[in-house]
Amino acid sequence: MITLEHYLFLGAIIFTLGVLGIFLNKKNLIIILMSIELILLSVNINFIAFSAYINDISGQIFAMLTLTVAAAEAAIGLAILVVFFRNLGSIEVNKINQLKG
Amino acid sequence: MVLYSLTFYLFSSVAVLSALMVISAKNPVHSVLFLILSFVNASGLFVLLGAEFLAMILVVVYVGAVAVLFLFVVMMLDINFVKLREGFLQYLPFGALLGIVLVIELGILFLTDRSSNIYNNQTPLQPIVYEVENTKMIGQILYTEYFYLFQICGIILLVAMIGSITLTLRDKGGVKRQNIDSQNTVDASTAIEKKKVKIGEGI
Repeated sequence: MITLEHYLFLGAIIFTLGVLGIFLNKKNLIIILMSIELILLSVNINFIAFSAYINDISGQIFAMLTLTVAAAEAAIGLAILVVFFRNLGSIEVNKINQLKG
Repeated sequence: MVLYSLTFYLFSSVAVLSALMVISAKNPVHSVLFLILSFVNASGLFVLLGAEFLAMILVVVYVGAVAVLFLFVVMMLDINFVKLREGFLQYLPFGALLGIVLVIELGILFLTDRSSNIYNNQTPLQPIVYEVENTKMIGQILYTEYFYLFQICGIILLVAMIGSITLTLRDKGGVKRQNIDSQNTVDASTAIEKKKVKIGEGI
């Protein structure tokens, strides 16, 4: 029997993996962006699980909004990454203060 | 019901394992591919929950656009990835501790009393089988009740598009561009030059 808690726990595990990814790959900006995508995916799982089990379609609308924001965030993040690499020749996060605005 | 449980455990375990591989793979290209696997499995879970439209959107938008964008960037930039992995093992014990604490805290919901939760009924809820299909329901509510949110989504995407173009655009010297204004304002006085050529000589 799969209950709502199963889905929430899955979301929790994926969220934790995303946070760990940011924490462990401190230097690699690309992995950090992918970890943020994982966190947003776990948020989506929670939204849709609640939407299905409470029988309210609004959760799916908000999951769509999360998807939009995630796509926009990925596009801008990767653009910043490309500019950063072009200027410094590296994507180490601890050098990112050299961008200076 | 057994099939439902088995499918749930299959999809969720593959999603979790591939998410683990995303953060621990040595090669970022493999990371992106595992991210794609994770998204595909999550979309399988969405189908299980009865959200078919979002499952398809997840495959189209994430796997088709965002993950491929990541793949483009990883392959386009010539990055020394070995150097970037320094310090991974250094933070691993502390990171694992942090992760375990976070999972336990989030997993406390399994211990909560069922009678005190928001639905306040004893029977475990099941995903509902709707008479109207999922896409139609989303359309009916998205264009009426959440119309402004939908428009704001469009504006967010427009801003993201303009922002990323402005960030990555650069002027290279030596590129000849078409200048339509100056082309249209050309008349005979600026376009034609008269020269006196002496007989027997060139210009």
